[in-house]
Formats: sequence, C-alpha cells, structure tokens
Amino acid sequence: MKPAPFTYHDPQTLDEAYGLLATLENARVLSGGQSLIPMLNFRYVQPDHIIDVAGIAAISGITYKDGILKIGAMTRQREIEYSDIVATHCPLMREAILQVGHRQTRNRGTIGGSLAHLDPAAELPLVACAMDGMIHLGGSRGTRDVAFTDYALGFMTTAIEPDEMITGVSIPTWKPGHGSAFVEFARREGDFAIVAIAALMEIDASQTITRAALAVGGALATAQRLPEAEAILVGAKANDETFRAAGEACTQIDAVEDVHAPASYRKSLAGVLTRRALKAAAERTK
Amino acid sequence: MSNPVADLKNISGEPQIGKAIKRLEDPALLTGKGRFVDDFHLPNMLHAAFVRSDEAHAKINGIDKSMAKAVPGVHAVYTLADLPKRFHNMRMHGMPNPHVSQNIMPYVLAKDEVCHVGEPIAIVIAYDRYIAEDAAALVMVDYEPLPTAGDCRAARQPGAALAHMNSPNNTAAEMHFGYGDVDAAFKNAAHIVREDLFMHRGLGHSIEGRACLCHYDEFTDHLTVYAASQGPHAHKRAICGLLDWDEERVRVVAYDVGGGFGPKMSFYAETIVASVASIMLKRPVKWIEDRREHFNAATQERDQYWDVEMALDAEGKILGLRIDMTHDKGAFMPHGTILPHISCTTVPGPFIIPAYKIDCHVMLTNKPPVAPVRGAGRPQAVFAMERIMDAAAAKLGLDRAEIRKRNLIPAEAMPYSMGLTFRDGKPLTYDSGNYPQLLKQVMEASDYNGFEARKAEALKQGRYIGIGIASAIEGTGLGPFEGATVRIGPSGTVTLLTGAAAQGQGHVTTFAQICAEKFGIAPGDVRVVAADTAVIANGTGTFASRQAVNAGSSTHLAAIQVREKVLQIASFILEASPGDIELAGGNAIVKGTDKKISFKDISRAVTGQSGYALPKGIEPGLESTRYFSPEQAAYSSNTHIAEVEVDIETGGVKVTGYWIAHDCGVVINPLVVQGQVQGGLAHGIGNALLEWMHYDPDTCQPLTTTLADYLLPTADMVPKAEISHVVSPSPLNPIGVKGAGEGGTIPAPAAIISAIEHALSPFGVHLTQAPVPPHHLVDHINKGRKKAH
Amino acid sequence: MTDTRKITVTVNGKSHTKEVPTRLLLSDFLRHELLLTGTHVGCEHGVCGACTVLIDGRSARSCLTLAVQANGHEVMTVEGIAPNADELHHLQQAMQDHHGLQCGYCTPGILTTLFELLRDNPDPSEHEVRSAISGNLCRCTGYQGIVEAALDAAQKMRAGARS
Ligand code: FES
Ligand code: FES
Repeated sequence: MKPAPFTYHDPQTLDEAYGLLATLENARVLSGGQSLIPMLNFRYVQPDHIIDVAGIAAISGITYKDGILKIGAMTRQREIEYSDIVATHCPLMREAILQVGHRQTRNRGTIGGSLAHLDPAAELPLVACAMDGMIHLGGSRGTRDVAFTDYALGFMTTAIEPDEMITGVSIPTWKPGHGSAFVEFARREGDFAIVAIAALMEIDASQTITRAALAVGGALATAQRLPEAEAILVGAKANDETFRAAGEACTQIDAVEDVHAPASYRKSLAGVLTRRALKAAAERTK
Repeated sequence: MSNPVADLKNISGEPQIGKAIKRLEDPALLTGKGRFVDDFHLPNMLHAAFVRSDEAHAKINGIDKSMAKAVPGVHAVYTLADLPKRFHNMRMHGMPNPHVSQNIMPYVLAKDEVCHVGEPIAIVIAYDRYIAEDAAALVMVDYEPLPTAGDCRAARQPGAALAHMNSPNNTAAEMHFGYGDVDAAFKNAAHIVREDLFMHRGLGHSIEGRACLCHYDEFTDHLTVYAASQGPHAHKRAICGLLDWDEERVRVVAYDVGGGFGPKMSFYAETIVASVASIMLKRPVKWIEDRREHFNAATQERDQYWDVEMALDAEGKILGLRIDMTHDKGAFMPHGTILPHISCTTVPGPFIIPAYKIDCHVMLTNKPPVAPVRGAGRPQAVFAMERIMDAAAAKLGLDRAEIRKRNLIPAEAMPYSMGLTFRDGKPLTYDSGNYPQLLKQVMEASDYNGFEARKAEALKQGRYIGIGIASAIEGTGLGPFEGATVRIGPSGTVTLLTGAAAQGQGHVTTFAQICAEKFGIAPGDVRVVAADTAVIANGTGTFASRQAVNAGSSTHLAAIQVREKVLQIASFILEASPGDIELAGGNAIVKGTDKKISFKDISRAVTGQSGYALPKGIEPGLESTRYFSPEQAAYSSNTHIAEVEVDIETGGVKVTGYWIAHDCGVVINPLVVQGQVQGGLAHGIGNALLEWMHYDPDTCQPLTTTLADYLLPTADMVPKAEISHVVSPSPLNPIGVKGAGEGGTIPAPAAIISAIEHALSPFGVHLTQAPVPPHHLVDHINKGRKKAH
Repeated sequence: MTDTRKITVTVNGKSHTKEVPTRLLLSDFLRHELLLTGTHVGCEHGVCGACTVLIDGRSARSCLTLAVQANGHEVMTVEGIAPNADELHHLQQAMQDHHGLQCGYCTPGILTTLFELLRDNPDPSEHEVRSAISGNLCRCTGYQGIVEAALDAAQKMRAGARS
C-alpha cells in the first residue's frame, strides 16, 4: 500500500499555491494528510501533483473578532483542542474536536483538510454546518466565501473548484450563555460516528427557547441541518417533552444504509442523540 | 505458584517453574531492536508485490504483462506460465482426510480460474515496493466473470452457483460424529429445546502481516527463508516438497514474529512464489503483506450456522444433543477439515452428554480460505453449547448456573472419556480437571449470587446490566512432537535450541525457566535459539496452544539428561559422588566444600583434547536432543463470567466486568499466562461485539477491507480480566502443563452474549448470533417493547 | 520519472540529509533509508498506530506522513526513548514489569504515544491512558499490562522529578 507517483510542490505563499492550482492538472492539496494520505496509500486517489500547503503561514491560526471565530485552513486539530479562544467562544467545537480521531491524528490533521475531505460523519464539518460556518476559498481567479450549505454539495463532494483551495473557515459564535452539545455514537473511541448530533440553543428567563440550531452527521450523504426539529424548538419551553418532540422529528430523516448500520437504526439514533444533545445543551445554558 | 509435579532431585537451587520471571525478550523489543522480517536488509535485495484477483470468481482468458515489465526498476513479472514447468500442473499440498470429498487447493499462482478476491495471479519483482505496486497495477488480466457461491447455506442447495467451475457441487466434506442413542434420548425427554444459531468469526489480524524474505544463494546453492511463520519446520517441509529439494538446501527461520493467531501457521503460495523468484533471479526477494492483502488473502475464519436440539430430563439433566452445522470453508482447503472437526468435538465441553450426534457440512464458497484463528472453531462450538444451556435453563425455570452445575463432569470422573475422536486422531479423553471448582470459583469471584439484587437496583435507575457464564474445554498441546536440544559448549554457556516459534507467547523466557533450574542458573543465563530449522532437525509449529507442552517437555527432558552428564563428569573429576554435587553459578560444586569445576571446564573435558582419550564410558559433548511426543491432547479448561451494561437506546454495550477461572495445569510463568488469557479475552470481545468481515452477498466482494471498517477491540473496550487459577496438572507430560494460549478467547463470545441477553431480559430479548452489532440489539429491544404493549 | 527531493530530517538528535522520492512515506524513510527499523508498520492507513513517532515532540502516524513533510523537522522514534544504551526509560521498564508487550510489534507506537502523554500529563487517570492509546491496536495483550505500565511509569517519573 504505497502511493502512486506524483510531483510534489510546497508553495510558501498563497499566490504561489494559487498559481500552481491554476496551471497543474489533477492536483490535490495536502495539508495534514490524515485523510488524503490513506487515500493515496490505497491508491483510491492518484493525483499527478501534490501541493503541500503546510508552509503557508497565512492560513494557519485562530482569531476571534466581533463575534466571528476565524480558523485558518492549515490550523491543526490539536491547536483547536488546546485553544482558549475556541473553548471560550465556541464550546461546541471544543467538545467536537475531542471526538475527532485520536491524539496522533489530531496532532497532524487540520480543519481545512477535514472540511475538504468532507466525510459524512466527520465532526468538524458538522460544527460548521450547525453554526452557519462560512468557508473561505481562494484561487488565482480571486477569493470567495461560501456558506456551508452551499459548500457541501453531496457525498464527499464540495463546492471547491479544481483551481481553488480552502484558506479558512469563519464561524459566527453564539451569545455568551448559550448552551451547546456535540453527541455522537461510534462503535469505539475515535471512530467516525454512526450518527452525530450538534445542538445549540439560547433560552430566556422563562425557559423558552429563543434560538436553536441542530445538525446531524453520519446519517446522510453530508452533514445537514434539521429545520423541522429547529422549528419545534424555537418558542417552545426547554423541557424533556420539547426535546422528545424534536428528537421524534429527527427520526424522519432519509438516512443512509451501509454495512455498519441500516437506515432504520440511523434514524432511531438520530432521534435518541438529538434528545440527549438538546438536554445537555439546555443544561449548559446560563 | 508452585509446581506440584516438580521433582526436586532434578533441580539445583531455586525452582524456576512457577515464577513470574520478567520476560527476557522484552529489552530488545522495547528499544526498537527487534528482528522482524521487514527489518532485514540484504545486499541486492528486491521487493515483491502480487497481482491479485479483483473478481471473486472468474475464468482467466489472458494476462498481459507487457506494460508492467516496461516500468523502470521492474526486474521480473511472473505468471504461473513463467515459473518452472513443475509448477504448471501442481497445486499447493492439501491435508488428506477421509471426510474430504473435494480437497481443492490452489496453484501457486492462478492458472485459468480465480476463486476469491485476492487470489494471487502474478508476482512483480522490482527495485522497491513502490515500483512493484506501480507495475502490478499495470498487469492486465482478462477476466470472464462466473457466478459466485456466497452464503454457505445457499451453496448447499441443489443448483447453487459453483465455487469452482469444474466441481460437481460445493460440498468439500460431510462429517458425522457422535455416540450413544440420540433418537432414544429425544424420545424419552421431558424437555426439548432448540436453537438456530449463527456465528461469524473474522481474521487473525496480527499487527505484523505475513512476511517472507527469500534468499537463494547461488554460491552455496542454498535457500534461506526469513519468515513471519508460526511453524518454520512445517514451512520448510512445504518448500522442500514443492521445489522437490532435499532438506539440506533449505533453511526457514522466524526471528521475531509480530503476532500469529493462526494465519501464520498456514503455508501460502506467496512464500513459495517469492522463493522461486529468488532462485530464478539469484537475488534475495522480500515480500511484506500489507493490510489489504491480509484482508483478502490470509486464511481467516467465517460463518457457521448451527441448528441445535437438546433433550433433557425433568430435573434438567442432559439426555442428548443433536446438531446440524454448516461451515463456510472459503475457496480452498488449507488445513483440510481441522477447523470444523474441532468445532464438532468441542461442543460437549465440560458437560455430561450421554448421547451426541452432529452432522457437519463443509462448504466451498468464493471467499478467502478458512483455517484456524485463535480459538480455532471452539468459540463457535461453545457458543452453541452455552446458548442451548441458557435456553434449557429458561425453559425449565432454572438459574443458568444451576443447570450447569447439574450437568458438569465431576472431578472424580477424571480421566473422562467422551466417546469421540479428536482431531489428533486419538479418543477424546479429558486427562484431568475440576470443572465444578472452576464454576464455583468464578461465581464467587464475580459475586454471581448477588447479581440479581444489583440488577434490580440498576433497573430502578434505568440501567440495564446483565451477567453471563460460559465454559470451555480445550484440547491443547497436540502432537506429533516438538523438539529441544540442550547443550553446554566450551564457552560454558547453557544453550537451548528448539524449532518452536513464538509470536509473543514468551517462549524464550518460559523455556529458559524450565532449563535454568536444572543447572542452578538464572533463566537469563540460558541462551535460547528458537524457530530456526538450522538448529534442530525436526519441528512442528506453534498452534493449538501446544508449545508449553511439547517444546517445554522436550526442554525439560533434554536439560535433565545434560544435567546428569554434568554431574557424572564432575563427580569423576572432583572425585565425589554425583549426589554430593550441586550446580550453581555455572559451576559444579561438592556440597559444603570449595571443591568445584566450571561448566566451561567440564565441557572442555568432554570435548577432549587432540590425542587424549575421553574417560571410559563418556560420550563426547554435553548435549541432548529430545523430541517429546504427547500420547494425546492435554485438556485445559476455564469458566468465564461476563458482566455488561447495555444502552437500550443506542444498543451500545460495555463489558463492565470480567472474571475467568482458568486451569492450564502447572503454570510455568504466571505473568505470561495472565497475559495470554487477558489478550485472548480481547480477541473474544472482538468476536462478540465487533469483528465482522462483510462480503457482498451476490458478488462475494469484500466490503470491510480497512481497519476502520473491520473493527478490532481497542483499549477503551477491554476490561481487566480477573483471573484465578485451578491447577490440575496434566499426567500426560513430565511438567504437568497444558496450553494457555486460547482459553481467554474461546468462551468469551458465549459469556458476553448471554450477559447481554440477561441485561435485556425486561424486553424478552433472545440472542442467537455473534457478533451482535448495536443496531441488532436495538431491533430486538424494539420488538420486545412492541410485544409488551 | 521519479520526483525526488533532498531533505534534512533530525532523527533522535542526529541530522540526516538524503535525496528521496517525494512519495516516500516517513515510515519507509525511517525504516528503509535510515535503517531505524524500530518503527513498525501495521496498516499503512492510519488506524493501527504501530508507526507512531514524535514529530517536533508530537505523536504522529509516520505512515500518514510523507518523508518530505518531515523536511526540516525533528523526529523521535522508539530508538530515541532510552536514556542510553544500557538503561531503559521508566516507561520501557514498566512495560517489561507489567508484561505490557507480547509480540512487541505494536510496542514502539505505544511507547511513543505514552511518552507524549506522560510529558503532557504526568498524572493521567486510567481512563486518560486508555483514551490516549485508543488509537493503537494491540492484538496480543488485551491492553491491561500496557495501562498498568503507563500508570506505574507515570508514578515513577513523578517521584523521579520530585527527588
Ligand atoms: S501503520 Fe501507520 S497507523 Fe498503522
Ligand atoms: S504486543 Fe503484539 S500487537 Fe501488541
């Protein structure tokens, strides 16, 4: 299991990278390698060119300004795990990141890589989905920002054009005092989830839910919001009955089936985990 | 733990058998100084990759290797037609057996038909593995797809698609075992219980794959094969047979081997093809199996379907057992019918079964060949037996432990003859054991009797916990033999040479213990050379938990013989009676005096000096070779109790507690035995909850060929096994030992599934398969809920 | 034509400069170019953890890293753990004491992973240890000896740091 031959490029600036993307045929961007290199080793993908973006300082780092958490594509998952900024402003991402792979893969894997690979069960795309993340794409034709819903086109398919790459992601954070939870069911620690649920909510003094977001991963071709359940939540009281109703609504998804689990199981898990996530999120509101 | 059969007259100083000696193997392995096959770098070495079938069943109409040969760095691309003529019509050697009607083995490379995905078709030899894989991808095979035989029950039906295009049907063997009048037992029964069971077991998945480095040296006309092998001597015999070479031209050696678990006992086409390539190219050829190849081309276990019926009297005593079992053998017949044979004869286990009958259908399918994986067909048999016992308990309203107690073979009945023939060809007779004690001990350790109260308490909190019991008897230490040479050369070092190969079992340490105590030295002072056909003429291999018995006994006998000679010569030189001499610190010492002579000098004395005669009656050299050959298997036994908690909404299962009462006779090294049992348990947990090799039912294409899809147990899933011992020394060998390598695995799926069923008793869940994935449990729970409403 | 690069990698404190194919995996670079065969390869798709090394002090799968990606970086392998040729590191010694290895094939990856864990977290709970090695497959031991070894080594290392 060795990669097929390719030509390796390691641009040190974004412009250099954009130039390569514009001119090279069948090129793939390499960041942390935790998703791409297994695919290379299996020869599932055989790019002619590898563009290693690790040397581009401009796309690495975590900042927070005016309610927007911005993370460069090359930022390693470990940095997100240990970031105070993330822990303070985006507890959902912090909870999610702990469930991403293992220590050894988080040390190398990047948020950009995870978003570009777009495994249907991956945790970080699910966070971006739940939080209306904006994906920043760049290329020699210019840059553009794409909302997650327009970015995730289907099963492991993104809106990235062949001459583009991800440079980062912006996450509009929620008000202090909101509650969130990231709950997944995987067969073993560190495995991709069979189903994962990301939930966020704000509650007013009368225990009424004023804002809610709910997204499911693992159950569909890509991470998706659950608008019916969100509609049930907003305006309702934050109690078990509401969460049960929202969970029930989530069992209506058109879940996928594979060797690991039938669709019926994923639907029922979506319901159970939604209920659990909402309960946990509500408990975390302040 | 002391050795009750130790004969102190053969020991100088402290007995070493029974001591928890830290392993001598470890320092090298801990510092990166292991010597695994892929660690060897020979000058001029080339690397092999195999072209493997993408089709589960197809005719090969042609192979075009021209593009592959043109890749720079490629030295050769061989198909069967390119190998020496002798291979063109010769299949790999099978294991003849009267049960077997179709003993089909593959050619060393596919000829005109491929019968499973992963079957080797051609070998590419190149400068490195990267280039070899580049070229392998360019070998064009013209396949004509054929229908596939998938599910082994469907393969039995008349008109089923054939696994081999020229076969009359898919039946490889029909086996029938039994004794007593089963029909009468059922006629007279107060109760009859039935179960239709399914058990799937998967792959060995040693973390090191298979591997060989084949070095034909033209200058000496000699082939050395460094192999990740459980049986260097067996593999050498296979190589000599296939090449038609005499034994002196071939050496097989297994230095460090990264786990075996069965699949590395099989001899594979890859080894002979890489050897032939080395001979043809006159250069060393290395082949390292990658994980994808392990999934598709290493031997593995798979499906068994069991229809079980048990007849009982009104008190819950078993009267008879009737079984029909269908076994998926895969595409070929390595190890013949050993695996289903073991399954069939393991069923009765520790229980008195007055009448027994099993019909077993061994079916060919278009999947990789099936051969033993740790446990070797026993986990399935135990699953069948323990599930039907649970069903009987339920039917009779008895506690699951109680019905077992009523049917266990009492200790006084030992040795106990079953009336069956085991796979060693010997009558199945349990040599020793105390099964009621095992059950009692493990029930006490786990507070089995207090469990119902704990369960009720947990239920109040909405938690579903359960407990399960299972036992197994395991024929270990099978013959024919293993050998050991003990030698003290002029250096004075005590050296132990054996063919027994280790893949983590700590043989170096345990054999050194057995040897050291005879000479009054520390185990670390014994130099052990193992798993090398160059150091001892004959050997068998490491499987069936057999080496403590076989090689351990040989070591014991050889060491005693050398000890006696040391005493004899020392007494001659020191002019003292042998009884007054003790061995310590590498010397023979006259007790209570300072008169002594070193092993070095004793050895030199019997090596002789040119021109001088040896003392009268003394044969040259301090050396003995013994081949211990057990008259039959030694039966280890164990009882497991598992405690689980089930999340009824997700179907997630956590094994929360685990207790094992274990009897492997005399324990040579408690640390090592503990490790074997704990490690075995992990494998059993995999078989109960995780490991499932899926194939597309229509095309037989494998669907779970990554370790992210085929799930092995991880550290968060395996609890500590609380292990206690019962020591029933085996009378069949001089050190009283029995095998310990598989007892942790065998009953685990049965115990865990029983515990899950128990946890879900509020829903009336009844489980009839292993493994049980979470969605399966949720289905059962939902059905139970519906029924309740 | 094979695409190659000249790279300089510091491994266990020693700098190595080599011209390598750009597709060469770091695991193969260590094992077959530098002949540091202590790092093992079990799956080459990032699941088993046998190939774990430290890159700039952080555990990483060397099978999911190209050798060129390590250019200019520091790598530590199992060969670099022991303080000297005659002594074992606390972790190594504890692994022997608690029978934390059988075939020894997964062991280098376990050691490097635990080395990082104990550096970052000198007093881990059993749960934290199990979680840290949940990305390392061991088919032999059932993990118990490894977990006990890690906890024992942590304790000894803390005691050592105090004295
Ligand atoms: S070899 Fe790298 S994770 Fe398995
Ligand atoms: S010791 Fe063999 S795989 Fe861990």
